[in-house]
Amino acid sequence: MGKLLEVNDLEVSFKVHGGEVKAVRGVKFHVNKGETIGIVGESGCGKSVTAQTIMRLIPQPPARIKNGSIMFNGEDLLKKTEREMQKVRGKEIGMIFQDPMTSLNPTMTVGAQIMEPLIKHQNLSRKEATKRAVEMLDLVGMPNPEKRIKQYPHQFSGGMRQRAMIAIALACDPSLLIADEPTTALDVTIQAQILNVMKDLQKRLNTSIIMITHDLGVVAEVCDRVVVMYAGKVVEEGTVQEIFKNPQHPYTKGLLKSVPSLDQDKDKPLVPIYGTPPDLFSPPPGCAFCDRCDYAMNICNKQDADKYHVSDTQYARCWLLDPVAQEVRSK
Amino acid sequence: MSKPLVDVKNLKMHFDVGGGSYLKAVNDISFHINKGETLGMVGESGCGKSTVGRTMLRLYEPTSGEMIFDDTDIYSLSKKQMKDKRRDIQMIFQDPYASLNPRMTVLDIIGEALDIHNLAANKKERKARVEELLELVGLNAEHANRYAHEFSGGQRQRIGIARALAVKPKFIVCDEPISALDVSIQAQVVNLLKDLQRKFDLTYLFIAHDLAMVKLISDRVAVMYLGEIVEITTSDALYANPLHPYTKALMSAIPIPDPDAEADRDRIVLSGDLPSPINPPSGCTFRTRCPMATEKCAEEKPPLVEVKEGHWASCHYAE
Repeated sequence: MGKLLEVNDLEVSFKVHGGEVKAVRGVKFHVNKGETIGIVGESGCGKSVTAQTIMRLIPQPPARIKNGSIMFNGEDLLKKTEREMQKVRGKEIGMIFQDPMTSLNPTMTVGAQIMEPLIKHQNLSRKEATKRAVEMLDLVGMPNPEKRIKQYPHQFSGGMRQRAMIAIALACDPSLLIADEPTTALDVTIQAQILNVMKDLQKRLNTSIIMITHDLGVVAEVCDRVVVMYAGKVVEEGTVQEIFKNPQHPYTKGLLKSVPSLDQDKDKPLVPIYGTPPDLFSPPPGCAFCDRCDYAMNICNKQDADKYHVSDTQYARCWLLDPVAQEVRSK
Repeated sequence: MSKPLVDVKNLKMHFDVGGGSYLKAVNDISFHINKGETLGMVGESGCGKSTVGRTMLRLYEPTSGEMIFDDTDIYSLSKKQMKDKRRDIQMIFQDPYASLNPRMTVLDIIGEALDIHNLAANKKERKARVEELLELVGLNAEHANRYAHEFSGGQRQRIGIARALAVKPKFIVCDEPISALDVSIQAQVVNLLKDLQRKFDLTYLFIAHDLAMVKLISDRVAVMYLGEIVEITTSDALYANPLHPYTKALMSAIPIPDPDAEADRDRIVLSGDLPSPINPPSGCTFRTRCPMATEKCAEEKPPLVEVKEGHWASCHYAE
């Protein structure tokens, strides 16, 4: 399996009144061909900023990409001009946004919105593009596609709009699909439908997917590998089995414990992570999680940990994994 | 068992949408909540669960029905009497960003509740009470002079809880109090709500769409679909043995945070969307999406019946 996308040491800041918010602070991960990776983290951890930077959709200013590279098919997306990026967006990389209500154009029919990238990128005639739009809607499980392409987004329900958005994102057969919280705005029964559509399409089209979410259940269902982000950094990465069965970073452990399962004991209180994430105006010099961590040591405050590999595929940034710390922990 | 604290009978809330048609947001539902109990209410968006909560506080005037609270039907009270009654019935809102006035300090946000019901004799007493409430919900007394935007989502929701508690209510409607919060913060707020319930013997109606959280906090759970209660029972029985096909589908749609369990799970994926509550399907309202619907379902509306002891469901084929 070759690497399709490689994000290296990405740093993104926002200039705001009175300073700079360091939203992404050295993020590194890769996506292989045909796999689904999940980026998990809470609001403000930098996961959506990372996704928007890959698409170069982040407004500059106020944002500033300070460092790093995003290699896609051997080319650095950060070095491309706006005109070159337009050939990548929609054609090579498709994107699904969180809120299907606001990300479709209310003044264009759904059909026209699916046809737009086809006419632009693949030089199809209107007739061919219409035919393809009907096929796409059929592919994402929309009943009566011929009738539906002539309708406007307000005539669609939430789940149907999200299907239309997937159809737009996949119209030109992109090799990478970025889904930014694709099911967060949907109900569970509709979420199940949409996840099924995505899994099914991936099998058929062999698309790589970056799934950005805060729902660990969704991750367990669709992802092969997981990247856990906290305060603008990747704190842990591993296969889905490793992250859920053998989490190493205290933040990952805390996240897994704070989600109730259906067979949770009712009399036992949930184990929340106390406190709140740090202010990224002035991120702490050490580990960003140490104020909320039960196992914090003296060093955690002063210096951020390096990557400690647990297996070929799993690593975590935590001092507890240092050979010296192992002794402390067992005492 | 003693008399329930809240007894809702045949509640209907229809909204006039013009053109002679009505949106039947809540269509003839009855349920009760005992003192000190938490009733969970689940369902998809648009099923009417929030409308039920709001109608119970008379934020909407119901089309018909009764709500007996402490021996009085609150819908028969005058405006003035209702104002006094609201001391006993409070609400925690879904969006902690929209439900706090951005131009007021926390002292005034919580203090306003005390002013309206004349619960503080003077400024000093008012401030002391607000500080006491802030500490009760896990904030600091010094926070009283700050504005809402200085707090995170979880902290704002704590302020909303403190405001509801200020008048020492008996019954609190929690309308999706955790949906807008991050996962690690959700657990903090749920634990707080449970603690407060124990301390003050509160009764909750907990409206949510996260079934796992609802199970954790509720004694009994009602499942709503298109303005009607389709199943109601104890939370243990509901999750161990759901009877209504909609409940079954809802349960199987929740993603489990465990890749092994996900891999070998049989999933019922419902087809289609929620029908319009303006013109609901004939017979059983769920039949258009139900995998086991028959002709009988289209002709005859299944009543909510006690299928097993304490376990009510409205399906012709529930057993």
